[in-house]
Amino acid sequence: MSPRQTLLLLLLHVLGTLCLPILLVGVVNRTKSWWGGRKGPSLTQSFRDLARLLRKGSVVSATATPLFRAGAWVVLASALLAAQIAPWIGPLAPLQFRHDFILFAYTLGLARIFLMLSAMDVGSAFEGMGAAREAAFTAFIEPALFLLVGSAAIGSGDASLAGSIGHWHAASSFPWLAVPAVLVLLVLLQAEAARVPVDDPATHLELTMIHEVMVLDHSGPELAAMQYAAAIKLTIYAGLIAALLNPFDAQQAPMSATAAAIALMIAVAIAVGCVESLVARLRMRTVPAYLLSATVLAALMLAVSSWLTEAR
Amino acid sequence: MIVADACGLVPTRDLVAQPLERMIADCANAMAGGDRLCSLFGRACAGDLLVTAILQQSRHGFAVLRGRAPAGSRYPSLTPQFPAAHLVERELFEQSGLTPDGHPWLKPLRFDGAQQGRMHTYPFFSVRGHDVHEVGVGPIHAGVIEPGHFRFMCHGERVLHLEIQLGYQHRGVETLLLQRPVRSLTPLVECIAGDSSIAYAWGHCTAIEALSGATLAPEAERVRGVALELERIAMHLATLAGLATDIAFLQGGSSYGRLRTAIINASMRSCGSRFGRGWLRPGGVRCGVDDLRRQDLLDTLAAFAHDIAEVNALMLGARSVRSRFRGTGKLSAKAARELGLVGLAARASGVAIDARADLAPMPYAERPLAVLVEEDGDCLARARLRMREIDESVRWLQQLLAAPAGVLADRASLAPIGPLRGDAIAIAMHEGCRGQVLHALETASDGTLLRYKVADPSASNWLGLALAMRDNDISDFPICNKSFDLSYCGNDL
Repeated sequence: MSPRQTLLLLLLHVLGTLCLPILLVGVVNRTKSWWGGRKGPSLTQSFRDLARLLRKGSVVSATATPLFRAGAWVVLASALLAAQIAPWIGPLAPLQFRHDFILFAYTLGLARIFLMLSAMDVGSAFEGMGAAREAAFTAFIEPALFLLVGSAAIGSGDASLAGSIGHWHAASSFPWLAVPAVLVLLVLLQAEAARVPVDDPATHLELTMIHEVMVLDHSGPELAAMQYAAAIKLTIYAGLIAALLNPFDAQQAPMSATAAAIALMIAVAIAVGCVESLVARLRMRTVPAYLLSATVLAALMLAVSSWLTEAR
Repeated sequence: MIVADACGLVPTRDLVAQPLERMIADCANAMAGGDRLCSLFGRACAGDLLVTAILQQSRHGFAVLRGRAPAGSRYPSLTPQFPAAHLVERELFEQSGLTPDGHPWLKPLRFDGAQQGRMHTYPFFSVRGHDVHEVGVGPIHAGVIEPGHFRFMCHGERVLHLEIQLGYQHRGVETLLLQRPVRSLTPLVECIAGDSSIAYAWGHCTAIEALSGATLAPEAERVRGVALELERIAMHLATLAGLATDIAFLQGGSSYGRLRTAIINASMRSCGSRFGRGWLRPGGVRCGVDDLRRQDLLDTLAAFAHDIAEVNALMLGARSVRSRFRGTGKLSAKAARELGLVGLAARASGVAIDARADLAPMPYAERPLAVLVEEDGDCLARARLRMREIDESVRWLQQLLAAPAGVLADRASLAPIGPLRGDAIAIAMHEGCRGQVLHALETASDGTLLRYKVADPSASNWLGLALAMRDNDISDFPICNKSFDLSYCGNDL
């Protein structure tokens, strides 16, 4: 593969991380509408919503400090940065180096910290409650990500996030671990992108919200940044699943690999939409158990992965 | 004590006003004997206050007690012995200034009269302790719902106590009702709680008919039954749609809402209003159910019955739904009975109380409806009871609509309303979708109204919600609230 081709693929990656969030949110909403017997909004509706929000002014709580406004943009910037570390087409990403998954995890962590800080900055009891929930639940999912990437890295022998996920399919452990890996990634997606059954992005009930309650006081461009960042997180995890399962080699058949990756991400979005349509939200006190089950599964995967790799 | 006749009439000339303490003691005796205190209200009379208590005797007829006391006097409270009296005593205190001594929870109900605009002074109960925090919600909410303030005292996510402060919708209904000509009150009565228009209008009509001595065609009473059951089905569907939405169960949320439209549109085709406004008037009904309409309603109900069975099966069949509802917001039968809960909330906790069966007015006397009860008292019981009540109402309606022509009035049927009888109290009660709606009208000797008392089922039930929330997760409040689905404006009047 020529450097020019690689550059093109990387440009495609960046372009994808910017455009696919709109499409995937549209697909999720369309799927939900279909199950509900409705026609549903157009696939690009969320783009129009964002454009509308960007044209609006914003209202800021009297107790808020500049941190509140900065929060939304830090969240968006972090999500965009993380999207450049995570692969979606294949085993490559614009930002790729050894152990970059630590940067990936804590870039998302930085976003979370700023989300929580800006939530608490407005001095509302709800938002404090949402921040407390977010902080507690994060503790249950963070290990899952590391254990998953660890299993992939052991299997593929590559220590970068894109490399370990993208090359894993060549490893002997992959046939055994592909399904659990997808499950863990789906739970991570639901937790990180605030989807049912962990959270409900459509609810209007302040007391039951986790992510939504923290953005209640955001309006106009800041709200647009928050919503776009949430869509990007959805895309990141859908992209990880696509990179994991992609049957084409991005080096040899870049076009087919890209098409397959987009198809896989749409499939993930449809799966997310189906779960949201057919399952009610979990009771708040059972959410930790649900998240913890992903961590336990990932821990088992790590053991199996290292055992299978050793045995070879 | 004077027992009302079959029409719910009590002549006030025969009613001897006892000293207030005596009257309260009689009231306590009657309650100890199993009577239920439905309402307690006062009105000024020659410098004194005349207090009237309305009791339902072992759930059948009504009895009236009257007491007299100088303004501002005190009396021993009934509440320590009968917690169910807490609400009517607070109401009497707020409306007439009579203080119940020993009342444990003497707080403003709706900031009536001179208290208006002082809602920020509400004396909230406070829980103190390490890590206890308060969460206040409302009166302005994120959804399109009525205003009310909920204050949760929490330990982490667990609710230790919930205090509900209402009154934001207080419109002075009881005063308004005295300011307008008594013959043109029905449109106003229909708006007291807009989602129970029929239940309210029916009670008002019954009271006016009793006072005027009008005899109603049974065909017209049956049409009223059709109207009320359609309203019940529509309101139960609205609640179920809300419950499904609140737990993010998409299929229930979108289907129940669609089915409700089918029912309220059927009301619209029958009387011109989706909420049944203008359908009932004193003397009968303004729109009948002719053969064409009868067939239309039967077709609508048949299609509805098929769909609702499917949606209910989806909803109850989903494990995730059952796990959210089961054991959430539990209210024991004992608590429900002690607090004097009424209507669906009481029946879901195992208390069989239903004015349609207990008082059996026409047309329920000739075609009885089963009183359905659930034992568990949790959100699942309340959701399931709504589903079963919908099925029962559909069955009842189908039976009535399939009866031979002539059973239902096929056009407007309005008996003439003569002058209202003077010196009388008329009491009427009908079972709306939330529970019994009580109207009590007292006339002066010339037939004009002296007092119009309204009692909404929600007023008795709000404290039930507060108790059901104890020891639950704060994030489960929305589904508890929705499962009770109480009216704010019915409480606030």
